[in-house]
Amino acid sequence: MQTVYTDFLVVGAGLAGERAAVEAADAGFSTICLSLVPARRSHSSAAQGGMQASLGNSVMGEGDNPDVHFADTVKGSDWGCDQEVARLFADAAPIEMRRLAHWGVPWNRVVPGKSIYYKGGKQFEKIEAEDKEGLIMARSFGGTAKWRTCYTSDGTGHAVMCTMDNRCAQVGVEVHDKTEAIALIQDEETCYGVIARCLRTGELWTYLSKATMIAAGGFGRIYPNTTNAVICDGGAHTMCVDTGVVPMGNMEAVQFHPTGIVPTDILVTEGCRGDGGTLLDANEKRFMHEYEPEKAELASRDVVSRWMTHHMREGHGVKSSYGEHLWLDIRHLGAEHITGKLREVYEICTSFLGVDPIHQLIPVRPTQHYSMGGVRTNKDGAAYGLKGLFAAGEAACWDMHGFNRLGGNSLAETVVAGGIIGRKIAEYLQGCETEFKTGLIRDTAACQQARIDDLITCANGSENVYRVRAAMQDALHKGANIFRTQDGLETCVASLQEVVARARNVGLRSNGRGVNPELAAALKLEGQTKMALMIAYGALMRTESRGSHNREDFTARNDRDWLNRTLAYWKHPDDTMPTLEYEAATSVFEIPPGDRGYGKSEIISADVTKE
Amino acid sequence: MSRLLKLSIFRYNPEDEQSEPHMQEFVLEETDSMTLFIALNRIREEQDPSLQFDFCCRAGICGSCGMVINGRPGLACHTKTRDLPGDITLLPLPVFKLVGDLSVDTGSWFREMYTKTESWIHTKKRFDPTALEDRMDNQQAVDIYELERCIECGCCIAACGTARLRADFMGAAALNRVARFLIDPRDDRTEDEYYTIIGNDMGIFGCMGLLACEDVCPKHLPLQNQLGFLRRKMGITSLKRLFTS
Repeated sequence: MQTVYTDFLVVGAGLAGERAAVEAADAGFSTICLSLVPARRSHSSAAQGGMQASLGNSVMGEGDNPDVHFADTVKGSDWGCDQEVARLFADAAPIEMRRLAHWGVPWNRVVPGKSIYYKGGKQFEKIEAEDKEGLIMARSFGGTAKWRTCYTSDGTGHAVMCTMDNRCAQVGVEVHDKTEAIALIQDEETCYGVIARCLRTGELWTYLSKATMIAAGGFGRIYPNTTNAVICDGGAHTMCVDTGVVPMGNMEAVQFHPTGIVPTDILVTEGCRGDGGTLLDANEKRFMHEYEPEKAELASRDVVSRWMTHHMREGHGVKSSYGEHLWLDIRHLGAEHITGKLREVYEICTSFLGVDPIHQLIPVRPTQHYSMGGVRTNKDGAAYGLKGLFAAGEAACWDMHGFNRLGGNSLAETVVAGGIIGRKIAEYLQGCETEFKTGLIRDTAACQQARIDDLITCANGSENVYRVRAAMQDALHKGANIFRTQDGLETCVASLQEVVARARNVGLRSNGRGVNPELAAALKLEGQTKMALMIAYGALMRTESRGSHNREDFTARNDRDWLNRTLAYWKHPDDTMPTLEYEAATSVFEIPPGDRGYGKSEIISADVTKE
Repeated sequence: MSRLLKLSIFRYNPEDEQSEPHMQEFVLEETDSMTLFIALNRIREEQDPSLQFDFCCRAGICGSCGMVINGRPGLACHTKTRDLPGDITLLPLPVFKLVGDLSVDTGSWFREMYTKTESWIHTKKRFDPTALEDRMDNQQAVDIYELERCIECGCCIAACGTARLRADFMGAAALNRVARFLIDPRDDRTEDEYYTIIGNDMGIFGCMGLLACEDVCPKHLPLQNQLGFLRRKMGITSLKRLFTS
């Protein structure tokens, strides 16, 4: 077995991981990112819309500043976020956007003079200021008071990912792609690196490090319908779950995006609605403004997804062989806008649907999109439970998103959190000495080899990997979706407990040699089913509605009893249920809980005071 | 009854000493809106769990799933089976190192390319976190983005006559990358410095002008225009070199 040593090891080479790696490398530390795919294929690159930062350059963003961005973020989170973290984020975002410009991101820029824009299907005019010419431009997104989303056409994630990966190459960050981490090396106190599987040869490798970061994105693939890339399967999270000491934060907070296309669930950006696109029902009638007169299509994603589902339940959905859906209409934006600022959308519609969005409606439905939950960290990005372990980006519950994330805030979070936490890690590494216990490393590696051998020889049984996975996805889809009830969640928990038991009896049908994809799926399956249970059980216990977590039997947001964060542990490998604990959502209140200004306003108040 | 598709897929697992390169046939019932992404996953889940292929975003954005589809390099995720005949032949992309079956190692190839072309902004300016961003003309930003849309799928390289003949040819993706930095006002490199990188047979003079790169590019990048642009720029540079040496 090959052993590699580095000061800083990042599991994941998307924007959050690479941004943190750059900080550590700049401080003189050796840094390696492990990645399932070449770095630029990371799911960060699929983010179309943009990054929120209160630069206030556009006339529609005039008067914007970090305070307004902070307030929007806290409201967006439905007061579920850590306000200290949201403040750190809002303050640092403008600097990070400018830094990205310095590194090479081709942000769209302010063009002075008259131009038209659309809102709610209607045309308006704006005049950009002469003195802002050439500064970074912004577009509108849901749940924001100002135009704040910096963008590069609708390929923002791709453009920023290219620049970040260039920067990594320049400062000497190594990316070991086609490498999958499968277990943390840890003694329940400190993390010393990972055991990884080379996806070129199938060999196991040991990576030893002083600091290890999980930056592997979301885990939407545990749901059957998701906008997530196939690599967003929570494999890295399962390593943390397996430790028994690292909790997952707010797993029940799952975001559904209003505009996944039907049937493939590929995302079309919120920028469509930000730029003035509207949602229509079976009668091609607009409906969002009736439910949300103020924000209409531009309420937050949890609210829009919920109203869409409600509207379909009321019988206004479009019937299709893939179930019901609604329409997204961007036709009025015109050919130039659609093939320019929304070109990826144009390409997705023409390539995958055979629909021309300049002249035709786009079939859409809410679909799983973002995991607010993840590896729980403190504000410095240090994971609870293990020294030397950190997390950032979607993989982490840092937690600036609370129970609902605003569009444009996740892509911004990747680089902002990556920067802040990367600097904290560089501080941690300064003067940090570690002793690696050879026995621990040997035992961890042997344990992983034994798992692989057992799967190949069907030592524990011969349950079919893909069928068990489908059973897990199906249970979540039925019970832990946009609308949740006690009955549905109880059934979901019960079926997932069966699925966990089945996952323990999986055996391969193929020979498992080399880069065997069935083996890769099998190695993470049990951990995935445990995460699914954390979602369902957390949702069952949380008897309120907050952000994306919507209980039909507990419709109020209950700040009196639930202004807190769920921490889910899997304390012993043979447990059949996760252990839930709770901590205060935030230790600091800059803004005491109140009305969001959109969505429902049923609130059971808590007695909290502003700091 | 919908069509039965016959997929002939290249099989070889270099890590399995029993494995020999061969074509294997799979039969699959076509469903509505089926893409090769759906078809290959169904084959793996229902017929042969060892089948290796790469997908990531499955939305035409990341470039993972380049393969040779009925003789032509393309992205499998946005290839709809209804646009293909009932007999479909799938081969891994040539030029890149084979990992197994339809999976190839594009990562190493592109990483080497970044190193050769020094694919980052070369500037002596330091970032000042307290200052406003440097201004840039919007059209200039749009022009740079246009070239940065490359998803590194490798189709242009796999379709390139020169790249198939000589391993050191940089190919359209690399030349496109150089053009991206050449037009970026933030990059301080001189034309002479660019000439050192691409003014040879590995770069602009290696291209035989077969145009396949642009034909197969799934993002419709103007690859031949970029080559022409670089040749003109570099032609002038090489003339200047003649007269100043």
